[in-house]
Amino acid sequence: MAVPLETLVEEIYKMVVDLQGKKNVRAMSLTKAMIDKYGAGEVNKEDCKHAIRQLIDSGRCVYGYYGGESFITIPRKEEAASG
Amino acid sequence: MGDDTKSNTKLLDELEKGPWPSFVTEMKKAAETNPMAKDLLGQLELSYEERIGHWKHGGIVGVMGYGGGVIGRYSDVPEKFPNVAHFHTLRINHPSGWFYTSEALRKLCDIWERHGSGLTNMHGSTGDIIFLGTKTNELEPVFQELTQAGFDLGGSGSVLRTPSCCVGQARCEWACYDTMATCDSLTRAYQDEIHRPAFPYKFKIKCSGCANDCVAAIARADLSVIGTWKDDIQQDDAAVSEYAAAGLDIQKDVCDHCPTKCMQWDGKKLAINNRECVRCMHCINVMPKALKPGKEKGATLLIGAKAPIMQGALLSSVLIPFVPAAELLDTIKELVSRIWDFWSEYGNNRERVGELIQRIGMPAFLDAIGLDPVPEMVTAPRDNPYIFFQTKEDGQETK
Repeated sequence: MAVPLETLVEEIYKMVVDLQGKKNVRAMSLTKAMIDKYGAGEVNKEDCKHAIRQLIDSGRCVYGYYGGESFITIPRKEEAASG
Repeated sequence: MGDDTKSNTKLLDELEKGPWPSFVTEMKKAAETNPMAKDLLGQLELSYEERIGHWKHGGIVGVMGYGGGVIGRYSDVPEKFPNVAHFHTLRINHPSGWFYTSEALRKLCDIWERHGSGLTNMHGSTGDIIFLGTKTNELEPVFQELTQAGFDLGGSGSVLRTPSCCVGQARCEWACYDTMATCDSLTRAYQDEIHRPAFPYKFKIKCSGCANDCVAAIARADLSVIGTWKDDIQQDDAAVSEYAAAGLDIQKDVCDHCPTKCMQWDGKKLAINNRECVRCMHCINVMPKALKPGKEKGATLLIGAKAPIMQGALLSSVLIPFVPAAELLDTIKELVSRIWDFWSEYGNNRERVGELIQRIGMPAFLDAIGLDPVPEMVTAPRDNPYIFFQTKEDGQETK
């Protein structure tokens, strides 16, 4: 892998933060964005899968869910919980 | 709560009348000891009065590292019913074929009474055990107890949903492959795909041992694995005669209902033209002592069903007409990896694989996953005009 995992993790995290509140971004969209940015020879789907796994397992990102569809987002207090 | 509940749930009380089991009665029993169940009754009564639902769903609740298995649910009237302000649903991965020991069931129920409303669905339409209603701060504790008891969360959201299967060879003489082993192997192999959402939308795999399709794979599963056989139906002529002697009208109840009319009954002998048989199981269901599936067993793989609530139901289409039982698991794994690669790349948000096939056409899909069209993919002659066969000699098309 030409792009170090740590770089990929930070790039994906930044993208999730930037899209926070604007768009529910799914794992494949993040993967495609990274491949577009660095090129298919530098980054592949497996690399992005590992980077996303690291973000989720560390708690920096969480999965969200609405209407049967899942997305990746930043942890926050659940707005819906407040009624 | 007893009489107090009764006086506050006049509309729900109507659903306790009649000879049938009532979910209201069960909820009232739970409400005697559980405040969540009590408030649930209150909110439901309010919904019946106002003719409107009072739930909001979705959000970011879950357990650490998992993207599926918890469905956030909240009351939009929490000030009236604070005990169901959070009322999250948990999906628990069921064992293959839904076999439990009574001890395992007691353990599950005890866990749920400690951490949730005590109300369950056995089972949800996906097949999972459904735990109905808990609070956000109970999610991690209930997950810890479940895993200690040997259970895990199932799938929800854009994941591989918990694979399910019929009871297969554990209880059914007609199963043409080991559905339970197949389902269990797939569940273990695809833990990442079940727990970490990476697909455009849900993907369901359901395994039925024969064409009776007891898990309704053909109507619901994105990948349906339906048992079948390749050789002739096994026939016991003496047993056929016994059915006739016992009063079964073989012509009317068997031959006339055969979809391809491949059977003939002359009053003494049943003749089956096995080349025309489509393995529908009807004759075997009517005369189980006389007829059995053949000996060369395996499964048909089909793609693209979905069963939405409102409209747009799709039945699945044949992808691979016959896979021998011994090669089934490897074939499924190889095939789904190609399907998932293509669907993940080209599927739109909330687009099931069957809808993708409708959008781009079956020829493009087959080309993308590296399968050649075969006659078994054609529903009926001249019904699937997308496939054109060519003679080898002159390349001339024969539709």
